Amino acid sequence: MKPIKQSAWLLVLPVMVVLSFSAIIPLMTVVNYSVQDILGPSRHVFVGSEWFSDTLQDPELQKALLRQLVFSSCVLLIEIPLGLSLALVMPTRGAASSAALVLLGLPLLIPWNVVGTIWQIFGRADVGLGGYFMNSILHINYNYALNPRDAWCTLLLLDVWHWTPLVVLLCYAGLRSIPDAFYQAAAVDGASSWAVFRHVQLPKLRGVLTIAILLRFMDSFVIYTEPFVLTGGGPGDSTTFLSEFLTKLAIGQFDVGPAAAFSLIYFLIILLFSWLFYTVLSAQGRAEGPV
Amino acid sequence: MARIQLRDIAHSYRPDPNRPEDYALRPLDLVWEDGGAYALLGPSGSGKSTLLNILSGLVRPSSGQLLFDGVEVTDRNTRERNIAQVFQFPVIYDTMTVFGNLAFPLRNRGVPRGVIRERVEKVAAILDLSNELGRRASGLTADAKQRISMGRGLVRTDVAAILFDEPLTVIDPALKWQLRRKLKQIHNELKVTLIYVTHDQTEALTFADHVVVMENGEVLQQGSPQELFEHPAHVFVGDFIGSPGMNLLPCILQDHVALVGGQPVTLSAHALDAHPNGALILGIRPEFIELADPGEAAQVTVTVTDIEPLGGHQLIRGRLGEHEIAIKALPEILVQIGETLPVWLPHAWIRLYSDGRLVN
Repeated sequence: MKPIKQSAWLLVLPVMVVLSFSAIIPLMTVVNYSVQDILGPSRHVFVGSEWFSDTLQDPELQKALLRQLVFSSCVLLIEIPLGLSLALVMPTRGAASSAALVLLGLPLLIPWNVVGTIWQIFGRADVGLGGYFMNSILHINYNYALNPRDAWCTLLLLDVWHWTPLVVLLCYAGLRSIPDAFYQAAAVDGASSWAVFRHVQLPKLRGVLTIAILLRFMDSFVIYTEPFVLTGGGPGDSTTFLSEFLTKLAIGQFDVGPAAAFSLIYFLIILLFSWLFYTVLSAQGRAEGPV
Repeated sequence: MARIQLRDIAHSYRPDPNRPEDYALRPLDLVWEDGGAYALLGPSGSGKSTLLNILSGLVRPSSGQLLFDGVEVTDRNTRERNIAQVFQFPVIYDTMTVFGNLAFPLRNRGVPRGVIRERVEKVAAILDLSNELGRRASGLTADAKQRISMGRGLVRTDVAAILFDEPLTVIDPALKWQLRRKLKQIHNELKVTLIYVTHDQTEALTFADHVVVMENGEVLQQGSPQELFEHPAHVFVGDFIGSPGMNLLPCILQDHVALVGGQPVTLSAHALDAHPNGALILGIRPEFIELADPGEAAQVTVTVTDIEPLGGHQLIRGRLGEHEIAIKALPEILVQIGETLPVWLPHAWIRLYSDGRLVN
């Protein structure tokens, strides 16, 4: 057996230092807060799991969690099929394909808070094109600041507008990487366009779809800026999602202990769902062969 | 199964072709009989894949008509043509089992389940896939995948022809022989028209009854392997087929003899009638050149520059005047580099070419 060189630890050190400052120390601070009651700059009491049980029983938080789950599900259910369909019908060559790619790429370049502002103005009945159109031309009483349903619709529409292009681009890239021979063979075998989609395109897109689902899930599950700018969590608390709730708890009320406990729970929920999506999709892939 | 007829078919990938060079496939007329085994042979870019894709409907020809059994199919798409095609790289549906793959073309056409099972099992038996039917197709080796691709072509009883686009490229050499034999055997058993594209002359000559040699989008010659070997209609065919290819020696016809590198070669009277005088190319295969016995009067002399012992024969390379020439000889004949070798060029095997094309 070779002697183990302890000096190798030195090589790992830079990574450990960077990781400590970027992830481990902040996370440990949160863990530290989550088990103590901070009463003042130098007074704190160890409270064990009290914050955790308190937070989990908080009805406000439970409602926010439910809203969050519904919102993320809606986002996935709309954006994934829509993105995939758009990628399938997109032009594949010539100037039209470049134009389509640029148009789709534009929303992705706009910062979150600007997106929120754009839609906030767009949806206003007095100066916004969308709001004016709904109220004065279609005569539908639409007001996202007063009606929770309108607020939700606006927020979902905003997210679909902002992020579906990401799904489209991922699927488009995936589709382009399928060799022509597969389509030709399918044509020779007399496959209908549905059969081509089901047996050629969908299996070959599993990889990019997994990534798209994970990205869209994680992003929508931590959504903060857009509802903050658009509705401020209202009307009432109808669009108060988990991040918003957490921010109010930690910064608004300075309840650091419960906020830290909840941060950890929040983190675990995201980890759990991402792991679930990944495992299910790749197990499906293993059953069906390599991607 | 069908008789395939190409009437004046031409294809260009450019929108406004006017020069012959603009065509990937120059106008051609061909008839392929039902049940034949044909090979399309030519170097890369010779238009053979274009021709194959025209047959399968993946490419629509710029002009001309394509007929299957006398019925025009030029405007029909791939699905309606009943053509099967096997591609260079194995194409399998990796979410399906081997059975699913083989059954796919039949399922798409709404064939009853019982018939599908029967056909798939029969084809699997021919291709040695019977034991793999329940397996996922994705985990198999390249040659098994290529057998599945072939199987999808064979499983349909109504195909007009099965087209192969260099199907053995990804298969390793030992298995190539097996698969080629398998194809030959399938052809004998099923009597289906097979059209096989390749740039490998051995593959073409061993597989096909008829070989179509193409270059630059043009069909140079069509015939049996023997015809191509003995009567190349074009210098390209002479050079491309055979290993090494035909000796092509510039010559001048003068007073009933051909002057090659300054040395006179007698020709048959027939050859002289056609082209009494002028510059031509004289072609003769290395296999047909005879070494003269010592003391015997020879026609021309060759200076030996290199000798390659190849087991069953030796390849002598030399110079005839300023031209290079190759001669295949028995291994027991002793020759030395630098030696002057008296040889005969038998006039029965001499071919004359003008402008690249055969004249005698």
